[in-house]
Amino acid sequence: MKIGVFVCHCGSNIEGTVDTAAVAAAAREFPGVAFATDTMYTCSEPGQEEIVNAIKEHQLDGVVVASCTPRMHEQTFRRTVERAGLNRYLFEMANIREHVSWIGKDREANTNKATDLVRMAASKLLHNRPLLSKQFDINKRVLIIGGGVAGIQAALDCAEGGLEVVLVEKTTTIGGKMAKLDKTFPTVDCSCCILGPRMVDVAQHPNITLYAYSEIEEVSGYVGNFDVKVKKKATYVDWDKCTGCGICMTKCPSKKATDYFNEGIGKTTAINIPFPQAIPKKAKIDADFCMKLQKGKCGICAKVCPSGCIDFTQQDEFVTEKVGAIVAATGFDLFDWTVYGEYGGGRYPDVITSLQYERMLSASGPTGGHIKRPSDGKEPKNVVFIQCVGSRDKSVGRPYCTGFCCMYTAKQAILTKDHLPESQTYVFYMDIRATGKNYDEFTRRAMEEYNAKYIRGRVSMIYPKGDSLLVRGADTLMGTQVEVDADLVVLAVGAEAAAGAAGLAEKLRISYDSYGFYMEGHPKLKPVETNTAGVYLAGSCQGPKDIPSSVAQGSAAASKVLGLFSKDKLASDPQVSVVDIKRCIGCGKCMKTCPFGAIKEIDFRGMKKAEVIETVCQGCGICTSTCPQGAAQLQHFTDNQILSEVNALCQF
Amino acid sequence: MSVSLTYAYYPGCSSTGTSIEYDMSSRAICAALDITLTDVPNWSCCGSTPAHTVDHTLSSALSARNLCQVASMGLTAAVTPCPSCLSNLKTAQHRMKNDSFREKVSKLLDKPADITVETKSVLQILVEDYGIEKIKAKVKKPLTGLTVAAYYGCIMNRPAEIMNFDDREHPMAMDNIMTALGATVVPFPLKVECCGASFGIPRKDVVMRLSGKLLDTAKEMGAMALVTACPLCQMNLDMRQEQINSANGSKHHMPIFYFTQLMGLAFGLTEKELGIDKLCVNPRTVIDALGMEGNSKEKSQ
Repeated sequence: MKIGVFVCHCGSNIEGTVDTAAVAAAAREFPGVAFATDTMYTCSEPGQEEIVNAIKEHQLDGVVVASCTPRMHEQTFRRTVERAGLNRYLFEMANIREHVSWIGKDREANTNKATDLVRMAASKLLHNRPLLSKQFDINKRVLIIGGGVAGIQAALDCAEGGLEVVLVEKTTTIGGKMAKLDKTFPTVDCSCCILGPRMVDVAQHPNITLYAYSEIEEVSGYVGNFDVKVKKKATYVDWDKCTGCGICMTKCPSKKATDYFNEGIGKTTAINIPFPQAIPKKAKIDADFCMKLQKGKCGICAKVCPSGCIDFTQQDEFVTEKVGAIVAATGFDLFDWTVYGEYGGGRYPDVITSLQYERMLSASGPTGGHIKRPSDGKEPKNVVFIQCVGSRDKSVGRPYCTGFCCMYTAKQAILTKDHLPESQTYVFYMDIRATGKNYDEFTRRAMEEYNAKYIRGRVSMIYPKGDSLLVRGADTLMGTQVEVDADLVVLAVGAEAAAGAAGLAEKLRISYDSYGFYMEGHPKLKPVETNTAGVYLAGSCQGPKDIPSSVAQGSAAASKVLGLFSKDKLASDPQVSVVDIKRCIGCGKCMKTCPFGAIKEIDFRGMKKAEVIETVCQGCGICTSTCPQGAAQLQHFTDNQILSEVNALCQF
Repeated sequence: MSVSLTYAYYPGCSSTGTSIEYDMSSRAICAALDITLTDVPNWSCCGSTPAHTVDHTLSSALSARNLCQVASMGLTAAVTPCPSCLSNLKTAQHRMKNDSFREKVSKLLDKPADITVETKSVLQILVEDYGIEKIKAKVKKPLTGLTVAAYYGCIMNRPAEIMNFDDREHPMAMDNIMTALGATVVPFPLKVECCGASFGIPRKDVVMRLSGKLLDTAKEMGAMALVTACPLCQMNLDMRQEQINSANGSKHHMPIFYFTQLMGLAFGLTEKELGIDKLCVNPRTVIDALGMEGNSKEKSQ
């Protein structure tokens, strides 16, 4: 084999602490190396041309590039060697930037380590073999999990692009958190008025199948060919017959059911449609509060329903959908603020969350758009907002900034003045983070035109004093303690990963961070991809986001899916495990350890053997370390290839 | 009870003077509950506020010495009625988890610092080791008709990671004991606020303002008396109540009990054993309103 070695300067990134010319000179002495040089920017066009020309000029049949991480440019250089007529797997990369130049300052030691890494790469390359991908068919349907604004956007964009869409929503209606908002910042648009038509589009689009009140039970398969088992939870109402007339709600005698849509402000009936614009507009029975389901007595809804759709015997149902790509758009949940004992820990009825306040402001909300104190129904005069409740607070395990609370608090302060002109609002804040378009102007409006009094400091205590609440905090700009008499306190609760996010991530085989937010493929360059092919992210499941960012991600994820489906066939990754049938003793250990179910048992002339299903194998290599015979070998990372690297490094 | 609880008892300096009634009542109720308190031999002052504000090593050495005394008794757990002593003991133990700090402390001692002894307050052993239900079973004369506010002070539960007892913002230990005794407990929002503590000496105005607020709020909430667990809190609220009244123009006459005294009354112990007569604000009307037979008999004696 004739190997060419190219040692990259990466400007001064590598050359600054590594003598690249010395590395190239040393490489010329390695077995098989026929050509070695150092170059300024190997990834640049002239840099790549140099590789192509060297391959031709020196009849090279393998290339090593010593530069950055393979995550950055492995694909780039594989295409380069392909252009020169080599198989893309006759290429190796030595990471001498992230693993060497960026982490050490000793030029001599760095140069030695870089030389070792190049020696390992060249040594492995001697054992590389050309590998070829196979083509497989793809199913051009997409599953979108979560019917919030990000999921709705992704669903509509995919459907408009001609794809069949399966949208699965956990609750009985799509709309997500945005449907609960009264207005949006910074334009003070009516939230439901702008979202409502898009929800209707979802319901009416011929390409969209909506499963509401459903959850993902199981996901198997791989990019292009996923099998998804969906659990349709029992609603005790036949949705094919339900017309959403709402007569059942007017007659249901169980009127103390928890009103989840209204965040517990007010109560609802055991059978209910969460809000007038719900999509689908279908009733569901809350079994916890239904007298018929709890005690076997009642059944009034069944008597009054004009379409006869009540079915107390309904069970959960399972359906299987075949799709080629999945978009997770599962959103966020609110931080449980009751851990803050200093804010009363939930003991004071007039300390509420921002989302509860939002429901109160909404004309279709439980108070008809009137701001009323939960304790006595009176209109408040002084309303205190506390920001960063469960954000930027290490003591409660939430060190991150939720990012949108500053804005919605300013909006709520403005709306408070609109609803109650005699009111006075106070906002306790740490910093004002208003970095979007027209955002800072908006928070200034709250202060300057709506006279919201902004106090920079944290609140140390809230306690009842007579009819109202005393809010005590620090004013760190004045360097003093402040006490504000409040009639109502609104907590700007932060966002946390949705309940069940981790469980779903495991089903989708995607990773999540220590807070439960899903990990994107690359924090800068792959914002909606995951490290699992064919699974994409949109919205707050990846991290807290406001509406415009969620919508942008919904569209971005849709464009990724449309891009994936623009081909009729996908190329499989040949870096998969292969079982050498001569060595396999049929012990079956690999089948037990494979996390993807990619190994099946076959009968070979009456003998039990293992066989890898190429399209399912993810190339993790667990089977290769499990196999007692060394029969399972991961292509491009075979035992021989890895041992040659070890031998190159340990030469004694 | 099958196995009786036994602790090394560290009274602290206040217990020999200003809060002698806390000491008396703590011992009395523990005896009534079959909890054995064995005095730490030759104990010394924890250094209180002056030591830890000046020198952490010295402050910890004072506590470490007492902890060594406990270890020499062959007991594993020490108990003190005073939250300030407890705070010093626990802070010393916390700081001594750092090896170099512990070495510095050990240099000031005759023997190496002991880091194995468990430290608790009297309140803590009653709710955690003995149990509310058992306390309830011991009540002979329920405090029916008595409305109290439970006041914990600022250091009984804080800092939470050192004191490791109850809720740092909303403790319920004393509230639950009082309820078990038959008293009515008002939700007292200032239960962990500062009374002004030792500022009573250099800046009396601070105590007048802070303790005044506690009394005002307790009264607003409808409490007939405040229940405390701290000698300094009790002293500020009780002994200085007249000063507070004249500084703030208020007319409080609110008895300030140690929780142990009320437990004793409910267990049927005599006022004398519990040091009721040591209180500055006369609790007579409040106690008489309970209509306890035992108490009226004692009065006639």
